[in-house]
Amino acid sequence: MELHDVWFVLIAVLWIGYFFLEGFDFGVGVLTKLLARDRPEKRVLINTIGPVWDGNEVWLLTAGGATFAAFPEWYATLFSGFYLPLLFILVCLIVRGVAFEYRAKRPEENWQRNWETAIFWTSLLPAFLWGVAFGNIVRGVKIDQNFEYVGGFWDLLNPYALLGGLVTLTLFTFHGAVFTALKTVGEIRERARKLALQVGLVAAVCALVFLLWTQVDNGDGQSLVALVVAVAALVAALVANQAGREGWAFAFSGATIVAAVAMLFLTLFPNVMPSSLNESWSLTVTNASSSPYTLKIMTWCAVIATPVVMLYQGWTYWVFRKRIGTHHIADAAH
Amino acid sequence: MDLALAPETLARWQFGITTVYHFLFVPLTISLAALTAGLQTAWVRTEKEKYLRATKFWGKLFLINIAMGVVTGIVQEFQFGMNWSDYSRFVGDVFGAPLAFEALIAFFFESTFIGLWIFGWDRLPKKIHLACIWMVSIGTVLSAYFILAANSWMQHPVGYRINEAKGRAELTDFWHVLTQNTALAQAFHTLSAAFLTGGAFMVGISAFHLLRKKHIREMKTSLRLGLVTIAIGGLLTAVSGDVLGKIMFEQQPMKMAAAEALWDGEAPAPFSVFAYGDVDQGHNKVAIEIPGLLSFLANDDFSSYVPGINDVNKAEQEQFGPGDYRPNIPVAYWGFRWMIGFGMTSFALGLAGLWLTRKKFLLPQHLRVGDDEVPHLVLFRKKALSPKFTRLYWLAAIWTLGFPLIANSWGWIFTEMGRQPWVVYGVLQTRDAVSPGVSQAEVLTSMIVFTALYAILAVIEVKLLVKYVKAGPPELSEADLNPPTKIGGDSRDADKPMAFSY
Repeated sequence: MELHDVWFVLIAVLWIGYFFLEGFDFGVGVLTKLLARDRPEKRVLINTIGPVWDGNEVWLLTAGGATFAAFPEWYATLFSGFYLPLLFILVCLIVRGVAFEYRAKRPEENWQRNWETAIFWTSLLPAFLWGVAFGNIVRGVKIDQNFEYVGGFWDLLNPYALLGGLVTLTLFTFHGAVFTALKTVGEIRERARKLALQVGLVAAVCALVFLLWTQVDNGDGQSLVALVVAVAALVAALVANQAGREGWAFAFSGATIVAAVAMLFLTLFPNVMPSSLNESWSLTVTNASSSPYTLKIMTWCAVIATPVVMLYQGWTYWVFRKRIGTHHIADAAH
Repeated sequence: MDLALAPETLARWQFGITTVYHFLFVPLTISLAALTAGLQTAWVRTEKEKYLRATKFWGKLFLINIAMGVVTGIVQEFQFGMNWSDYSRFVGDVFGAPLAFEALIAFFFESTFIGLWIFGWDRLPKKIHLACIWMVSIGTVLSAYFILAANSWMQHPVGYRINEAKGRAELTDFWHVLTQNTALAQAFHTLSAAFLTGGAFMVGISAFHLLRKKHIREMKTSLRLGLVTIAIGGLLTAVSGDVLGKIMFEQQPMKMAAAEALWDGEAPAPFSVFAYGDVDQGHNKVAIEIPGLLSFLANDDFSSYVPGINDVNKAEQEQFGPGDYRPNIPVAYWGFRWMIGFGMTSFALGLAGLWLTRKKFLLPQHLRVGDDEVPHLVLFRKKALSPKFTRLYWLAAIWTLGFPLIANSWGWIFTEMGRQPWVVYGVLQTRDAVSPGVSQAEVLTSMIVFTALYAILAVIEVKLLVKYVKAGPPELSEADLNPPTKIGGDSRDADKPMAFSY
């Protein structure tokens, strides 16, 4: 395995980490409209992810930075090509971050309601758009011999990619509902479990169709294994959720995301961004990657830093391990 | 195509707008993290309540500010790929590495520990909670260092070679990129300026309350801390600025000649106080100068030769082929002056404040005040300033609290525009760096969207800051004074409302 292969795996790991972690906090954001009945319940939901959403989002920034360093051509083609959708995602992430931090900083009803609406939409839209983006990456887009994206905005909204968007949206919402059941007490916990079942079933249908479609178009033996693992994990998550084993349910919904994203990367390899115009114009791990020296330095950095990051980020979850209920939300707290 | 709306022009405007805006929050974040951590350390060590109230007060302003810094930083991570894809393809092998290091080492650090600090008041023992804000502070400094090393490489590329076959720059010595003198000097200069910025912010807001005789205990402490920060930060900014200037004379003579509107080389070269000139003709019509000073700034020697704009332009034409290698001279010239002028005004005001509010042995008995009294401002030995002048000082401190922000912005505009037409000096021109596949309409859309969004957020942010500044330090609760002893919170608090919640 050469270094650029290692970095393909590491980039995959970063995206998997991002979707696993931000997946449930996007989901919780969506649930503020679907699950919460009143303001205290909304606040319970928001506070389950309060201490951690920012750290979760850094997985995306690191995926971006690492792609820039390890596969400059991929970084350049992807972000200049998917220009408008990316702009949309960035706007959402900007508003979302500010919404979390500023919502409770004024007592006015209007102020808080507006930020809550913002949290819902800015969680829902990126959760959908990331799926669309990855659908397009896997399917292949119009890339010319200079590695420039020559398709239009509407080319990105094809049925396969849109289905991919539905998969990430429903899967993240399911993941968020399972997380909510794990992190809350009281009535909201019960309702989160019920909603998890409903959303989970929809997610299962979408995911199954999308992953089979992927397998038929681009799959091989390895991707088939990942597909089976993803589907099995999703079923296991639903069963565990019904049995009230919330920890297991969360582990399995997480495993679903890990396996599904892994499958996408497996079908991609050794391409990083296939061209739909001409196979020889595809960006691959070899023609898009940095020099061996840069990859070597980056590898050292990743090998040392990533475990440390996971250690202290994991510790954060342990510090805030207690469940939250409406009685933990002070009325006077702004 | 209309040149004013060429994608390159739009992409440059967008980069300028989003980056200057982002950098309004960065220096405040860097300095307020450390200053808040310092105040919290004082609370943990002395258990004096004024320190905890001050920590909570400045901590809140810090959080309002860092929220904006974080979200506007996301754009920076992706903007190179969006608008500058040819730049990314050409330099990614070199420039990407410090960015990835920044994300992996610094961003995770900041973002994780800020969450722990915000929500940790009733979940972490006192000292561990304190350690979290220090971690955030370390994260902000590391982050600054990596990105400044990357920028320094654009100013003065080292540790790389050009791979002709692949048409790109490739890294050969990462350590050199991280530790070249440009990077060290830029980091030194930017970090000290960040502390000058935080100091001025703290002094201005303390002055606001002291003028109204409110929250005197906390604001007196904050005032002194802010003044000392200005004094040290300002001094180091000046020293590092001189160091960086000398490096720039050597590495980018065009930038410094433009900063001085020195059209033709001279020995000795004068420092320009005011100039008004004609860029097309290549000379100044009006010039007020201090003889020999520029030679000194460049080479520590009052009579040395400093090359002018026309000389460097000619030299670069010989080296790189025909073309105009001059940056926008008026912007470079005035940017340089506004940077120094606004920065030094704050520095001077801080030094004056430090002297005026001195205490103890430097002050006669009758001018000393108790803990709950606003300090007298004493210029000469025996007498306090009149109420009118005292008020004037506080007002000046309030009105200039944003001066370093203006200085920082002009500093960046100067150093980035002074490097033009190069994006990587001597290696890649800006016009060759834009995304060829991105249309004019797309860049225009994103520029309008970001500018409008940033403008709205600026209004919201400033209003929120004003609200919390006016509210002053909060009253302390029972929970504040009885932090938990166990990680995760004490069981006695299991059913209590969270000390902090969104």
